[in-house]
Amino acid sequence: MRNLLWAIPLFPLIGFLINGLVYLLSHRTKGETHGHGGGYGTDAHTAATAPDTAHDTGHDPGHHEIPFKGLHTVVGVGSVVIACVLAFGAIFDIGLKAFSEGASHSITLWRWIPLAVNQAVGQIPGSAGEWFVDVTLRIDSLSALMLAFVTFVGSLIHLYSVGYMGHEEGFGRFFAYLNLFMFAMLVLVLGGNFLLLFVGWEGVGLCSYLLIGYYYEKNYAADAGKKAFVVNRIGDFGFILGIFGVFGLFGSLDFQKVFAAAAANPAAYTPYMTVICLLLFVGACGKSAQFPLYVWLPDAMAGPTPVSALIHAATMVTAGVYMIARCNVFFRLAPNAMIVVAIVGAFTALFAATIGVAQNDIKKVLAYSTVSQLGYMFLACGVGAFAEGMFHVTTHAFFKACLFLGAGSVIHAMGGEQDIRRMGGLAGKIPRTYRTFLIATLTISGVPFLAAFFSKDAIKAAVFHAEFQAVPWLPKLLYAVALFTAGLTAFYMFRLLTLTFWGHFRGTKEQEHHVHESPATMTIPLIVLAFLSIVSGYVGVPIIEHGDRIGEFLRPIRLPIAGMPERVHHAPLSIELGLMAAAVAVASIGIYLAWSWYSKGEGRTPARLAAEWPGVYRAVAHKYFVDEAYEKVFVRGLALDGGRFLWEVDATVVDLIPNGAAAVTRGASWMAAAFDQYVVDGLVNGVAYALQSLFQLFRRAQTGRVQNYALVMGGGLFCLVAVYLLFR
Amino acid sequence: MTITINHYLIVSFLLFSIGFLGVLVRRNFLTILMSIELMLNAVNLNLIAFSRRLSDLTGQVFSIFVITIAAGEAAIGLALTISFFRQKKTLDVEEAHTMQG
Repeated sequence: MRNLLWAIPLFPLIGFLINGLVYLLSHRTKGETHGHGGGYGTDAHTAATAPDTAHDTGHDPGHHEIPFKGLHTVVGVGSVVIACVLAFGAIFDIGLKAFSEGASHSITLWRWIPLAVNQAVGQIPGSAGEWFVDVTLRIDSLSALMLAFVTFVGSLIHLYSVGYMGHEEGFGRFFAYLNLFMFAMLVLVLGGNFLLLFVGWEGVGLCSYLLIGYYYEKNYAADAGKKAFVVNRIGDFGFILGIFGVFGLFGSLDFQKVFAAAAANPAAYTPYMTVICLLLFVGACGKSAQFPLYVWLPDAMAGPTPVSALIHAATMVTAGVYMIARCNVFFRLAPNAMIVVAIVGAFTALFAATIGVAQNDIKKVLAYSTVSQLGYMFLACGVGAFAEGMFHVTTHAFFKACLFLGAGSVIHAMGGEQDIRRMGGLAGKIPRTYRTFLIATLTISGVPFLAAFFSKDAIKAAVFHAEFQAVPWLPKLLYAVALFTAGLTAFYMFRLLTLTFWGHFRGTKEQEHHVHESPATMTIPLIVLAFLSIVSGYVGVPIIEHGDRIGEFLRPIRLPIAGMPERVHHAPLSIELGLMAAAVAVASIGIYLAWSWYSKGEGRTPARLAAEWPGVYRAVAHKYFVDEAYEKVFVRGLALDGGRFLWEVDATVVDLIPNGAAAVTRGASWMAAAFDQYVVDGLVNGVAYALQSLFQLFRRAQTGRVQNYALVMGGGLFCLVAVYLLFR
Repeated sequence: MTITINHYLIVSFLLFSIGFLGVLVRRNFLTILMSIELMLNAVNLNLIAFSRRLSDLTGQVFSIFVITIAAGEAAIGLALTISFFRQKKTLDVEEAHTMQG
């Protein structure tokens, strides 16, 4: 099985090709037939007036037959399921125990870029210096973990999409893109070197763009796609510079060789590591939506909900965390870069959580929650707790996918409504969705003995025990931020739950009549994911001996660095329990506040608070005006207002001097005018006349016939060669 | 008689001259395109002859490039031909003199 590693990404690729070709061929003859029945312009109007209530419904009023729907379903879902089976086959073939002892398996498919560089380039001793790049697929404990949940969650979401997208004209297109995404994500995870990682990285970016803009006939979706693409491009720019740096420094891009070289001879590489790590982190910031490059992720909710679940919650956005965990050797050599990662992560977590408190779009709340949770993961990486970060990546994949799919089910039930102010009381109407959503909400809020309780607790404990030599007080501050964010998370998630499922229904009569439970293809993935969000935390139970199985599983990726002793913190049990108690207390406060404000108090307290501090409420509700600021500074500023600003400077500051001088000049110019009129004009007109008559002659040469020019050119060449031959 | 580099050069020179003359004197758009093709291939012949003589593959690589570019040139040339014909209802290049000074 392990030698079938190459087949894991291959099947989704085949699925993409089949789905794409069949869709193209079946739609070529029909011309411009889109789903939704609306062409350009018709939907753009509603989007412009209410972009935040962007509907992505799984419904099309006209129920017409979708060509090749069965084929698309079988190929689209089947290819990913096969990949999932192969992935688990490969993982169990090598064995979990072997992985935790450092086993890995790599297969080199072909030599990709052979570079015949002069070997005498100044090289650091111990670097690989091979100067070529192979297409190598590699599986070790880190990629096995990613592989397992990417293919598994991917399969579930593909299954869910069959139900959710069932009425869409672009069914085949959707599955083609989704399969292409799976292919790219698997290349990203399995790539054995930086360049292959980058190929997957760009591939998922492309698919993200395609799927956000899936409803391309709507302006807001197309714009959101472009925004995601452009913002990601900024991050990728940093990432590829980092890759250049690694290649220049080590002469290789192969993970094993590069990290082994860095770990064996840290003194030689340390000076460069801060720069390289920061560049890599810029890439991670773009892909994983960290401040200040997070702005694309909330907008990315314009895509269909399964896409939000798969790409913008469970898998693609965690690629940045994966990459940093992969490069942990580099980051441990660059403590300053680690501090930056930790601060950015903590800040993003808090920042996005506060925005999430005031959002009214069900998917936007989840989007900001994702940004916030990603911040947690980066915080973990920043304090050196890479395994804990990956642990949270895994649990987050399950519960956030469950939340998004649940939100999709709610939207499906509501016939496209996404505004939670017009929901309420759905618990009895869609019980299966409600129960799974409740479980996932309890999980993300950090309720004890559910998955995120363990993973968040592991991160918070690691932050609490972290040591930064440069700024010793920082870890405690970061811990406080993380704790507060946990409370906020519990608060806004329960606000969402309360407004959506509890209380009484606040929508229209038609909507109430329309509400119905989703089909089994949608509820089964929800139930599986809800189950996993309960149990997946038990792979990393703290305190108990050998309880932290995921930490042990991921230990091999943390190569020991020569001359840097591994710090093992075994905090006393009382502190661990105290931290847990604090987390539980904060989560309960958040849950209680949300319940008492929104369920019992029916939103009176928040309304009063918003009225008391209108400035604060406006800032939070408008996401701190970051998008507006970017619009002003980068989009308009540099293009339009920059010019206007310079004009203002010109008109006020610079013009003072000429205005003063003007009076003097006016006197002088009267005299000059006379001189000008007779002497200068005479001269100028004379020259002009002379030139005009001269060029009347020359313009004859411009016959406009190319052959004439060619003849002159040939003649000129002949003369030059003749002169050269005669007089050399 | 052994074929030396000179033979190749002479053939290449003749081909090039024919092509060049064609470009200069013919008035039909398509014929001119074909003449340009002839010139390009004369150059290819030259490159390959020297590549063989000097045992250096660079010349052959270059001729591949030339062929590739020639394909692009033919595509654009034909597109121009069509749009020219649509405008003037003729292929006579003498008609194309709107850039006259």
